[in-house]
Amino acid sequence: MTKDKINWYMLTLVGRDRPGIVAHVTSALYEGGCNLGETSMMRLGGNFTIMMMVQCDNSKTTLHEVMDGVAESLGLKLHVDPIKAKLHEHRQPDVRISVYGADRAGIVARVTETLAEAGLDILELESDVAGTEAAPIYIMNMEGHAAEGFEALESALDIVRREQGIEASISRIETMVG
Amino acid sequence: MALMDILIYPDDRLKQISAPVESFDDGLRAFVADLEETMRVGPGGVGIAAPQVGHFIRVAIVDVSAKKKIRHHGRLVLINPEIEQWEGMVMGREGCMSVPDYTGNVIRAERIQLRAQDEFGQWQAFDMEGYEARAVQHELDHLDGLLFLDRLVSKRHDLFSRKVYKK
Repeated sequence: MTKDKINWYMLTLVGRDRPGIVAHVTSALYEGGCNLGETSMMRLGGNFTIMMMVQCDNSKTTLHEVMDGVAESLGLKLHVDPIKAKLHEHRQPDVRISVYGADRAGIVARVTETLAEAGLDILELESDVAGTEAAPIYIMNMEGHAAEGFEALESALDIVRREQGIEASISRIETMVG
Repeated sequence: MALMDILIYPDDRLKQISAPVESFDDGLRAFVADLEETMRVGPGGVGIAAPQVGHFIRVAIVDVSAKKKIRHHGRLVLINPEIEQWEGMVMGREGCMSVPDYTGNVIRAERIQLRAQDEFGQWQAFDMEGYEARAVQHELDHLDGLLFLDRLVSKRHDLFSRKVYKK
């Protein structure tokens, strides 16, 4: 599959989670003549969420025709956008950053703002709230590219650690290609 | 010397088990030279195994000496290699010349004791750790028809990416 001119769509589905959603959705796409590219599914607060790169030989209207019925029957909100996209162009992260601490407003904004100023380009981010309702803790993991070097990010993390009273660690991702 | 073509998954041949080397002759040494040349032009270029170029014999080359600030043994030609002891576990990121455009997290032993013959048939023993031990384990997997894809763990859960086991 090395067609250059492929029309990709970003298909987003959100709704209450239940077993079998992925199977139903992907079967409908397959039977509708569509192909999948990169996808990511997560449960967020008990909700099913998925984003999928989908390629169809048909038009956007047809993707709605393929998906509207199945989305409705599963109780999911459907969103379709045409996107510019290519496969086989993964960027490799060279740094991993983990942050955790007592949860309160503004941690993510302050941490990511400081890191962005120090050259962090986030390639993946995932965060969660754990602990108890009375004492929630915030946990965030990122992988990215250190455009201005590892040391710049280390210094930035020192600042947010002091300012925010959180735990933060950074490590290099040294990819071994064998 | 000559560059050889790298087999790319889903080529089924990458999943086969390679046979021990029995004769340590000039033909073997010429093959090792070609294999090394092929490794050094590849992306990363720190390791290669014979089955990656379609020769199903238990030969691998590892050389992580270009990497700064790590312990290593320089250029290693590993023939009929056997890992005799494993210690510790650590997660790290791996890619493979036979699996382009993908990297993933793999748990490997942190330290290993290795026995292997060189290209003249002499047995040698190595204690190795970290990045070099990871490269060796990755290449030895190729000799048993295993890819790093067979050992992937989740990218998302970084809390498990530290040393998860200590002896």
